[in-house]
Amino acid sequence: MQQLISLLVENKPGALMRVAGVLTSRGYNIESLTVARTLDPTLSSMTIVANVDTPMRELLIKQIKRLVNVVHAYDLTEGPSVSRELALIKILVSPEMRPALLKEADIFRARVVDASPTSYTLEVTGATEKLDALIALLHNYGEVEMIRSGAMAMARSGQQRLPNGFSNNLSREAESAGSVEPEMAKRE
Amino acid sequence: MPLMSGAQILIESLSREGAEVVFGYPGGVTLPVYDVLYDHPLRHVLVRHEENASFAAEGYARTTGKVGVCMATSGPGATNLTTGLVDALLDSIPIVAITGQVPSKLIGRDAFQEADTFGITRAATKHNYLVKDINELAQVIHEAFYLAISGRPGPVLVDITKDVLTGKAHYHEADKMEPLRGYELRLDPDDEEIERAVEFCWNSERPYIYAGGGVISAGASDELRKFSELLEAPAALTVMGLGAMPSHHPNYISMLGMHGSYAANMGVTETDALLAFGVRFDDRVTGRLDAFAPNAEVLHVDIDAAEINKNRRANVGVVGDAKRVLEKLNRRLAETKDKMGPRNRAARAAWMERVHTWKREHPYHYEPAANEIKPQYLMQKIDEASGGEGVITVDVGQHQMWAAQYVRINHPRRWSSSSGLGSMGFGLPAAMGAQFGNPDKLCIAIVGDGGFMMSLPELATIASNRLPVKIIVMNNGTLGMVRQWQELFYNRRYCSVAMDSFPNIELLAAAFEIKGKSVDKPAELDKAIKEAIAEPGPYLLNVHVSPEENVYPMVPAGGAVNEMILQPSKPVAVGD
Repeated sequence: MQQLISLLVENKPGALMRVAGVLTSRGYNIESLTVARTLDPTLSSMTIVANVDTPMRELLIKQIKRLVNVVHAYDLTEGPSVSRELALIKILVSPEMRPALLKEADIFRARVVDASPTSYTLEVTGATEKLDALIALLHNYGEVEMIRSGAMAMARSGQQRLPNGFSNNLSREAESAGSVEPEMAKRE
Repeated sequence: MPLMSGAQILIESLSREGAEVVFGYPGGVTLPVYDVLYDHPLRHVLVRHEENASFAAEGYARTTGKVGVCMATSGPGATNLTTGLVDALLDSIPIVAITGQVPSKLIGRDAFQEADTFGITRAATKHNYLVKDINELAQVIHEAFYLAISGRPGPVLVDITKDVLTGKAHYHEADKMEPLRGYELRLDPDDEEIERAVEFCWNSERPYIYAGGGVISAGASDELRKFSELLEAPAALTVMGLGAMPSHHPNYISMLGMHGSYAANMGVTETDALLAFGVRFDDRVTGRLDAFAPNAEVLHVDIDAAEINKNRRANVGVVGDAKRVLEKLNRRLAETKDKMGPRNRAARAAWMERVHTWKREHPYHYEPAANEIKPQYLMQKIDEASGGEGVITVDVGQHQMWAAQYVRINHPRRWSSSSGLGSMGFGLPAAMGAQFGNPDKLCIAIVGDGGFMMSLPELATIASNRLPVKIIVMNNGTLGMVRQWQELFYNRRYCSVAMDSFPNIELLAAAFEIKGKSVDKPAELDKAIKEAIAEPGPYLLNVHVSPEENVYPMVPAGGAVNEMILQPSKPVAVGD
């Protein structure tokens, strides 16, 4: 099964390489990876979906957390979280099929963001399974070209609040990470 | 403060961090640094190959507890350093490596001697930096030292572009550093964890201490000894931990693992409470993991949270600095001495007696010979000469294991061995670093003939610095450990293990203008070692030993540690 990993990392050159390196050096394939700045521009949040054997997951999170640039690392696989993905889907569709296509797209809350005489481009967000279902359906209408963002995930709210809108309810590890003052600040 | 060049800022930062010596090798992009070093008091030691700069920095760090520093140019200089970086990473040794990089505007254009050092050393370091802005340089150097030595120590590399080295800026004070937000240090254990650990200790009937390099890095050997005495528990050490208990201590039962002592391996198999300090349950220690300490619950203390539950699930895991944890534990154990009931007390006395019987009845053993020098005999003679006080560095292979078995190490930081990575060619350059860090101590490099050949160029470094290192080559004419495995597990099909065309050592030593001698008779050995040690300068002693001797006890790879092969004639299982 896939592991869903959520990270808060320093926005510094090499940070992505270090995180990816922990996974790739063990031969784990990264299914998807999203990175973007947080409210604090010096930090980025990262969501990774990777194929990791269950017994290795705790160790993997600890080894990622150990990286100097990683501020928090959580495993969201089991815990309550919200996960969404964005897809842009271009479909070659004949004029007579268009009304039916639009009706079905509506069921999935997909919006047309571009149109040409031969194609529509749809934008859709949702859980990974929802996107899979829509894409499977669209194949019935014509040739499909698609790009997906990969999952971005957040722990559900109502738990201890950590800086930068990051919420955590899972590991004890992360709690103490949130409360530990970096020793650096105390250095003479 | 006036404007300084990047090279000056670099050297200023190194000096402020207390660096005494830099092991390095110059090149195109680091020329500005050498121009500063030309008339600067910071000592630079020119090694003869960059790999040995990183090994020497490690030898310095391992035997002093301070950060070792090495330096190389871009491209091949940096790639040559890499083995020493990985070595330091696996053994958690604090070193800072400085490399030059091609000018910023040439990066990515396949410039002369360009290599992606930052990318290459990502997996070879605890952390690394590429500095392209001179205003960051001082801060990065100070961070690098801090990261190298704090928490779980390790190697940190700083790659600096040539334009940064030649640029001009003001020196930024170290105290203006931003905090490292992602760097978490947990040095002090929770009181709650300590109470659970105390409970754990008193509840056991057959406690057993398994301690390693983490105790050395934390400077916790006195506390470990006290802990062992308070609990009246036997203590075994890993190769990295040698020196953490004095060899002569009655509770000490030597090394455990693949070539560990009978008492240590039987003890770990029968203990009901494994007390693990600063260790990582390495496969060379545990053998088959599910047969390791099969009857025990585990207390695991480590400074790195990622070590707890990595290879063996801990019943009580304590994250913290070994010294601070042991201090607290010892205090609480002393206060709660009455917690040990009479039944436990009796069980423990019987257990200690049992361990002592193993220790007495199964010491390390070999068959002496009259006409050839047995390698173990050589180690005993080195042990006599060192008396547990010398600084010993070793290479990798059979001699390393025999040295670990026979040469007493009575203090921490007197033993330096490439343990996790097992890098051949480590011992001799590590001894250079050890000698620079310990100018008044006897430094002995015990190396095999294979590893010695990898380190040959450093004889020039030793000669030119008149380093009084005593190099003792245990020469069995083969790559002994590989040969041993081919004998035991590959049906004696010896392939590429003969170290023939070994140089005439007297001629070789003479060529470098150092003293040297070769011996092959037991009767000559004592005198030869004494002569080597009496020599005020460097000495190269080549000792021909029995070529077919094997290291025992031996746990075949993937075997259970209590299923040791104790001597040659016993039938052997097929290992992997």
